[in-house]
Amino acid sequence: MELDAKIPSGPIESRWDRHRFEMKLVNPANKRKFHVIVVGSGLAGASASATLAELGYRVSCFCFQDSPRRAHSIAAQGGINAAKNYQNDGDSVYRLFYDTVKGGDFRARESNVYRLAQISLNIIDQCVAQGVPFAREYGGTLENRSFGGAQVSRTFYARGQTGQQLLLGAYQALERQVGAGQVAMHPRHEMLELVLVDGRARGIVTRDLVSGRIESHAADAVVLATGGYGNVFYLSTNAKGSNVTAIWRAHKRGALFANPCFTQIHPTCIPVTGDYQSKLTLMSESLRNDGRIWVPLQKGDKRWPDKIPEQERDYFLERKYPSFGNLVPRDVASRNAKAVCDEGRGVGESGYGVYLDFRDAIQRLGREVIRERYGNLFDMYQRITGEDPYLVPMRIYPATHYTMGGLWVDYNLMSTIPGLYVIGEANFSDHGANRLGASALMQGLADGYFIVPYTIGDYLAGAKLPKVDVTHAAFREAETQVACQVKRFLEIKGSRSVDSFHRELGKLIWDYCGMSRTAEGLRFALEKIPRMREEFWRDVRVLGNGDDFNQSLEKAGRVADFFELAELMCLDALERNESCGGHFREEFQTPDGEALRDDANYSYVAAWEFKGVGEQPVLHREPLEFEYVHPTQRSYK
Amino acid sequence: MNLILHIWRQRNHADSGRMVRYEVNGINPDMSFLEMLDVLNESLIVKGEEPVAFDNDCREGICGTCGFMINGVAHGPERGTTVCQLHMRHFKDGDELYLEPWRARAFPVIRDLAVDRSAFDRIIAAGGYISVSTGSAPEANSIPVPKEVADQAMDAAACIGCGACVAMCPNASAALFTGAKITHLGVLPQGQPERYRRVISMVAQANAEMFGSCTNIGECEAVCPKEIKLEVIARMNRDFIRASWAARDGAFRDDAAEVGKLPLAGARR
Repeated sequence: MELDAKIPSGPIESRWDRHRFEMKLVNPANKRKFHVIVVGSGLAGASASATLAELGYRVSCFCFQDSPRRAHSIAAQGGINAAKNYQNDGDSVYRLFYDTVKGGDFRARESNVYRLAQISLNIIDQCVAQGVPFAREYGGTLENRSFGGAQVSRTFYARGQTGQQLLLGAYQALERQVGAGQVAMHPRHEMLELVLVDGRARGIVTRDLVSGRIESHAADAVVLATGGYGNVFYLSTNAKGSNVTAIWRAHKRGALFANPCFTQIHPTCIPVTGDYQSKLTLMSESLRNDGRIWVPLQKGDKRWPDKIPEQERDYFLERKYPSFGNLVPRDVASRNAKAVCDEGRGVGESGYGVYLDFRDAIQRLGREVIRERYGNLFDMYQRITGEDPYLVPMRIYPATHYTMGGLWVDYNLMSTIPGLYVIGEANFSDHGANRLGASALMQGLADGYFIVPYTIGDYLAGAKLPKVDVTHAAFREAETQVACQVKRFLEIKGSRSVDSFHRELGKLIWDYCGMSRTAEGLRFALEKIPRMREEFWRDVRVLGNGDDFNQSLEKAGRVADFFELAELMCLDALERNESCGGHFREEFQTPDGEALRDDANYSYVAAWEFKGVGEQPVLHREPLEFEYVHPTQRSYK
Repeated sequence: MNLILHIWRQRNHADSGRMVRYEVNGINPDMSFLEMLDVLNESLIVKGEEPVAFDNDCREGICGTCGFMINGVAHGPERGTTVCQLHMRHFKDGDELYLEPWRARAFPVIRDLAVDRSAFDRIIAAGGYISVSTGSAPEANSIPVPKEVADQAMDAAACIGCGACVAMCPNASAALFTGAKITHLGVLPQGQPERYRRVISMVAQANAEMFGSCTNIGECEAVCPKEIKLEVIARMNRDFIRASWAARDGAFRDDAAEVGKLPLAGARR
């Protein structure tokens, strides 16, 4: 299979403009003849659904939550980047582009990233017009702050609830179209199959999570906006329901899966406290602007933090990276926290935690300023841990947060299946091997508001699609597949709950394919996963019925897919004999412990083709070319 | 810590439902309330009993998916806290807790503690937005918004749509939810063109969904996990009266065609 990314030629500044001009248009009167399915209602899905409907397409939008407003984009705290240069501090589209390519450790496509930086400007305009209550200066203009990995202030925010406010903006735009009859919204519906007719994506099969009904939906194109797969680790900052199922089932129908091992570990999360733990909570990395990260200099120092004098503290990020200090990118901060804990200098009961200390910032700025900036985060921390961060330093530890990998897409955001588009975190994205803070919201909205609505028109105008409805045999076959899986789960009648298997898988993946990886560990995991998967299918206990609201059954399907994905992640990590961004292979590091890339051999996107469960997938490579930002070793010293 | 739980079990909307008594032992005070229910469910599955259904997703208090009554209080005893962020350290060993779903005619029970809150989405679809199609926005800084106004909008926009306000209200009124959106959009300059149309349509929809009327009791504000202020209801009522006059003056075309006939929120009976 030849991977054609369909990158336009010419100077990078004008590629998107030219491409837009060259794309075919659908006559306004004809748009209503086309039906588009959008799966997922987060920033990418809601913005795409609303925009496609505004253009005149008929849209059906699906989400597994009880309302489109619940999608996990809502939990993003820190902010959204845009190259507005409102602070007059030297920002530009080119600088945002440069920072993103560099931050991604040179494993992203330059053209996509440049387009993202260009569109960032429009996103802020759109969101402000929708009424998103961004932070303001007294003069009424928009306020910005700096954010992990950036030396300019380009992050727009709405207190610590930026994701919530942006999602509500997109959700309201979506509901406006629901009210206008342009979008048919299907909450509490889970996509379980992608349906192909003549090699093109022509619909999906869903399960109504309340009635258990298995339903077919036909369309002219399908957009997947179903988020990331971080929950393969069981413990992550994702919502409990976040899952890989939609993109995984599309992968099994032929869409290539790119860079599955590129997962991001976020440095500032509340540490694990016990076995019962069901999720990890992120504390916005904006806290690193004013908080100082440290551990005791001595191993096993169990004194209270305020009893440890200044000279016996190790502010390890400030020490190792004097120019970026506590603001180094996420992968660097996470790895260093793990390293000091592995040395036995971690804090808290488990020893897996480092201090994030606001003492100096409170002395310098006063308690009120700190409350103004981070009040809700401090409250959240106190609610969860029972400790007051104004008095005692916070304890933080890295946790899985975002997945850069996802379905492979070309410049038009179309997967290897014609008519199947993948947007937001679900695609392999513009972030390369590591995403910079405040860039996920930007990418989700760029894809949904400003990219896919154009590129899908080009496809629909040129595709000459025959009429297909749900009576087509392909839908029958997919429905049968779904019904069989439901039946199979209910008939196993094993002894262990779905969650117990999920925990076991998560621990294995965290240990061997988490923050740092080795060939030996990955081989061990690759041997172990198929056996665990086999046990899952033999011994899982799913009670109740298929024609009911059955949360165990929902989870079982998702965990089954995580078992298959986990194997691919390890394979991808083993195949990539280098360290880059979030992918750190212990064998490949510089003498001072930094990631050692191998541009001569691994400057490509690894796109995997599914060949059957337990079968060796086939690797396809899309070479990456860097015409503008020349690969260098990232240095934040 | 050991607890006795009485949980509402109801198979589906047609089932009549009943309270069932459970004992949970060995609860760690650092657990969240939902993690405690996970422990109960794990033990039920082992025993071959179907687990208790409850909606939840982000488990960090922002998505608005979770929520049920604990001893008659929406989201339980802690102020400004969703049930997923409520930790067991706030309870005592031996406590006896009664868990029930949101009870409101507009929120039919789906199963056990899970209810259908799609009426909230329909209230938003009726007018809880600013009509600005993608691409037609002016440059962001061309609309200055005083900091105080932005803050006021943000306070109201913090609503997570969980439904606790409705569940706690003796009238099952959606006034706090509806008022929060009307305030968020209504104080901002961007929201002015549709301000009157919005309040008329949204209030009409809330009535059509069979939410009750507001009689200024204030239980909603007391249980709101985001501490939305009662003031948003006053704003909604004020805008509603103004809108009714504006419509008579022909200031805007009223699509609901109900102006003058609709009961005022807060003065229905």
